Amino acid sequence: MRIDQTRLRIALAALAALALALGVAACGGSDDSSNSESTSTETEAGSGGGAITSNPDNGKVSLKIGSKNFPEQEILGEIYAQALKAAGYKVKSDLNLGSETVAHKAVKTGAISGYPEYASTALTSFFGLEPEEVPADATEAWEKANEEFEKEGLVAFEPTPFESANAVGTLKKTAEKYDLEDVSDLEGVSEKLSLYGSPECRERIDCLAGLEKLYGLKFKSFHPVDISLRYTVLEKGQADLSILFTTDPQLSAESDKFVILEDDKHVFPAGNIIFVTTPKVVEEAGPDYEATILQVQEGLTLEVMQELDARVELEKETPKAAAAAYLESAGYVG
Amino acid sequence: MTLVHPLFASFGGAIEFIFTPQTSNVTGGKTVGGIDQVIELTINQLEVTVLALALAIVIALPAGLFFGHRGKGELIAIGLGNTGRAIPELGLIALMAAVIGVGLFNLTIALAILGIPPILTNTFVGVREVDRATVAAARGMGMSELEIARKVELPMAVTSVFTGIRTAAIGIVATATIAPLAGVATLGEFILGENVYGTNGVLAGAIMVALLALAIEFSLAGLQRLLTSKGLRLQTT
Repeated sequence: MRIDQTRLRIALAALAALALALGVAACGGSDDSSNSESTSTETEAGSGGGAITSNPDNGKVSLKIGSKNFPEQEILGEIYAQALKAAGYKVKSDLNLGSETVAHKAVKTGAISGYPEYASTALTSFFGLEPEEVPADATEAWEKANEEFEKEGLVAFEPTPFESANAVGTLKKTAEKYDLEDVSDLEGVSEKLSLYGSPECRERIDCLAGLEKLYGLKFKSFHPVDISLRYTVLEKGQADLSILFTTDPQLSAESDKFVILEDDKHVFPAGNIIFVTTPKVVEEAGPDYEATILQVQEGLTLEVMQELDARVELEKETPKAAAAAYLESAGYVG
Repeated sequence: MTLVHPLFASFGGAIEFIFTPQTSNVTGGKTVGGIDQVIELTINQLEVTVLALALAIVIALPAGLFFGHRGKGELIAIGLGNTGRAIPELGLIALMAAVIGVGLFNLTIALAILGIPPILTNTFVGVREVDRATVAAARGMGMSELEIARKVELPMAVTSVFTGIRTAAIGIVATATIAPLAGVATLGEFILGENVYGTNGVLAGAIMVALLALAIEFSLAGLQRLLTSKGLRLQTT
């Protein structure tokens, strides 16, 4: 066979140029959006409780803050990491730990110093509670989780003001068409509706398995999707119902478009964030560790958390930038 | 204390997971895994693989044959082929999800795009490597161009064509593991759902994908032997 060398070379050069151009365009695009958006929104945070003061003694302590791998978790991980840095600690972060199983293992083995977890997730996923057994009161849920964590040599700090839960969401027009307000209203119509959720949702008691068992619902079909697509599938008209989070910014920003159904039989326990760490780290890091974490999470109300989620999910800011904006506007970091 | 290395211990657990339903912390008493669920998800993975491979062959094989026969279009056959290999599949699936939505249709197209480059390039190269004297002889016997492509070039290029198809098939079946992120339940559900299925489930999913890939590879190797013309069999194997 005879390949025209010159022509091939020109072709390859053209392709290389094309690839380069695409790469440059992609970088430029992301830069533009993050720059323009970051100035457009102001995060309003609750009364902070003053700036974090840097303690030189903390410089000897190295911490590694973890988080699971979705936006809200990454923002929280960044907030804790940046606040602890402001308090004088040497801080590294590992904000891409995947599922709670991985994060839980990482803190147990000491691969990370600590990470934020939803008290409800800890109770159901780690300690085998049924969703209806999760206390509705944040302090009670935290105490119960902490009791269990202590048995395995861990400790959890007090909860954040905001709580988050899974929820069955739909388009407003679908809700109107079938007259849906509560999840119970799906009785009789769910056979006509498709449900989309994370790949884990199918078998989880705080997801599809619970909807089937506790509400007695049968859906036309269940489709697993990446959680980042939970609104896309509704907008595209593919999903009739989709599993959303109550802290989703879309719910307040586009309240005329999306609605969530009231979980009247409590399949989806709400959980506040508790920071999970080990007594060993607490002892080595000194009193500023817990104090800083509790101080910066004080401003995290549902409204503020939604606002931060919006910055990252809707306006495509980085979790790092969103966390920095929060710390600054709340006055924790000068 | 256990004397068994943890890796082997979990391997045993994974085999158990494949055959017998297991309890899980987060399902409220429902068991997960077991042979029924494994078979169901394996069939799903095979289904999307076959669909995507078929679509890739339908597009890439005639195109490779055409360009190879004409002796033109290296730019398209090789350039496009190589560029195609650089496309990140996860990104492609996400893009397709945003443009046409999730589901079997989207996934079939996204996976077919993954399969086209190796088939196109290998078919093109295979056809170009057919001895020009043989082609000239065929032409001299009065064969039409279409007949030359079908009866002379394609049969003689079968080894190369199958190399492309087998490469494509392995790439597609392996990548179909991430299908549960785009609306189709495949064996990836075990791998992506560690909270539900545990490490045993993750390993079981990986084992099943590997076995499925081997099964497809052997089937295609067998098919290749059947389709290789008798006169060429010594050259192949």
